[in-house]
Amino acid sequence: MTEITSRRGLLFGAAAVSAGALLTGCTSNEPSDSKDEPAANDQPAADDKPGKQVTIGFAGPQADHGWLNAINDNAKKRAEKYSDVTLEITEGSNDTAQQIGQIETLINKKVDVLVVLPADGKALTQVGLKAMRAGIPVVNLDRIFNTPQAYRCWIGGDNYGMGLNAGHYIGEKLKGKSNARVIELAGLDNLELTKQRTQGFDDALKNYPNIKKVARQAAEFTVESGQAKMAQLLQAQSKFDALWNHDDDQGVGALRAIEQAGRDDFLMVGGAGALSAFQAIKQDDGVLKATVLYPPTMAASAIDLARALGQGKGIGGMAEFEIPASITLYSAVVDKTNVDQYMPTGFR
Amino acid sequence: MTQPVSPPRDSSTDKVPQAQPPAWRGLMARADVRTLSLLGVLAVLILIGGITKPDEFLDTRNLQLVLTQASVIGVVTVGMTFVIVSGGIDLSVGAIVALASVWATTVATQEYGFAGILFTAVVVGVGCGLVNGVLIAYGAMVPFIATLAMLASARGLALQITDGKTQIVTVPSVLDLGERDAYVLGIPPLVLVFAVVTVIGWLVLNRTTFGRRTVAVGGNPEAARLAGIDVRRQRLYLYLLSGLCCGIAAFLLIVLSGSGQNTNGNLYELDAIAAAIIGGTLLTGGRGTITGSVLGVLIFTTITNIFALNNLQSDVQQIAKGAIIVAAVLVQRRTASTT
Repeated sequence: MTEITSRRGLLFGAAAVSAGALLTGCTSNEPSDSKDEPAANDQPAADDKPGKQVTIGFAGPQADHGWLNAINDNAKKRAEKYSDVTLEITEGSNDTAQQIGQIETLINKKVDVLVVLPADGKALTQVGLKAMRAGIPVVNLDRIFNTPQAYRCWIGGDNYGMGLNAGHYIGEKLKGKSNARVIELAGLDNLELTKQRTQGFDDALKNYPNIKKVARQAAEFTVESGQAKMAQLLQAQSKFDALWNHDDDQGVGALRAIEQAGRDDFLMVGGAGALSAFQAIKQDDGVLKATVLYPPTMAASAIDLARALGQGKGIGGMAEFEIPASITLYSAVVDKTNVDQYMPTGFR
Repeated sequence: MTQPVSPPRDSSTDKVPQAQPPAWRGLMARADVRTLSLLGVLAVLILIGGITKPDEFLDTRNLQLVLTQASVIGVVTVGMTFVIVSGGIDLSVGAIVALASVWATTVATQEYGFAGILFTAVVVGVGCGLVNGVLIAYGAMVPFIATLAMLASARGLALQITDGKTQIVTVPSVLDLGERDAYVLGIPPLVLVFAVVTVIGWLVLNRTTFGRRTVAVGGNPEAARLAGIDVRRQRLYLYLLSGLCCGIAAFLLIVLSGSGQNTNGNLYELDAIAAAIIGGTLLTGGRGTITGSVLGVLIFTTITNIFALNNLQSDVQQIAKGAIIVAAVLVQRRTASTT
């Protein structure tokens, strides 16, 4: 599994795993030797070598928190890496009308490929459709459009998977402990993604009959709300064994509340993958022992996908002639054992 | 809202020109009815908390927690009460708290340590208040619009400073102030600040010329002007005061959360206005009490606390909050018309 540690392998985690499986399948099939290779082995895969010039239009929401800021950084840095990519990046906006206007401008400029992280996926579906009809393929980043007709490829994180992996991690850590009590500090409750994370977490915990989720409060992804809600949770639950916090930004506040209450009798798992969380995990002197990723590197991958689209190629590590229609990223659990590897991807 | 069309002409507006003991008496009596009804609500809440979660709710630590959580918004509400009593509104309080808290926690500011952070937070707050005040008092802008503009630009500036990143405070003396070791006789320093601001606010509003002028300007600006009050200067001072409160609140928030973030103070304007309203402050100006506003803040914080202790979710909390605002205002209108 050395591919996983390589950069490309890291970015296309899921893709690399399936490619690995495919390759293993090929090699174990003794009779077929190099003479009649599968056609796919000649497929033009996008690699680091310069190819046809591609102009990529990038439209995202206003980078008003660390994760979105990291999304912009990842996209820019990735585009700079390629001499054959020109990135047209718009001023981020949370206003639907404004973002529609920005994307229409990019369509009129006739960029080759669009990468769109909509402020609101449903509200921007129409403009995605418009771009596709104008012959500009759209890579839909993370917040999904209403219909697959509005994008050529969707790539994004796995909120359900975050909850699932957090739940399993906690479940394994508390194995053998009878009547274990777990609490959840959720994110903004009026977002669907929060419901999905909670659903995943609950589903994972069902595998561990010794664990009971005793409390859940929703913060607002901000440090301030994280501190406030965590302080209340700590007061409400005088004893519990583990805590899952949906978001590392609000986790800064949650950790502050934990410190203020002088509690250290439980294990905490975070979410998203902020630098401060990675550092705390590495130091290993507090309650925070792990965090579940929602990797902002997906923006770099989206640039790769857009470039491959523009050059009419597939992606390395996959047998197909073209890029996939949909890629769901894996929500890896980062703990002390692998934190060094992820440290450079941590966002502030 | 600055028109001379006076709201229900109650004693507070009539009081200024004559300022005679009977008027004071009436005011006190009425204020007492309101305060008593708020205390009643608070007592009911404490009863509910005590019954549903006796161990967790009726606990010194919980009392410290509720008061600490009330401190930041409480200080903002004291400033807001002055502004509303004068017939104005300050929609920018949350944004000013955000701007002051991020400005005070930049790497550059943190190099100056405790004093640097405190100074910056207060100065940024006062500075924003000054801009609000000048625009409203001397630029003749409607408070709603001037402070709405401040809301937008202060949030924008806060975002520009942080670049969306969370600024973590590393100055030990600031962080220590939010820890249990810093409690004075079991009282968290944040709560002490809140208490001091409340007492000063009460004294200023009730026992000084500045306070009486504020009420007069809110009740009937034209009459106030004819009575020789420099209405414009008074307004300027009031927005300065609100800005100052925001600066102090920003510092408290930095101590509490150990960080500065551009999302800080989210919707504080609504929380502060709501607390002032259920505390009996008239949105049209001319009437309001610090006691009422602070009780309003405590009621909201206690509700949030009880809900969290009982593991009720945020949707229910929000519905209840809305219902309580409506109920409180309806009850007060009843008591106001019967007394």
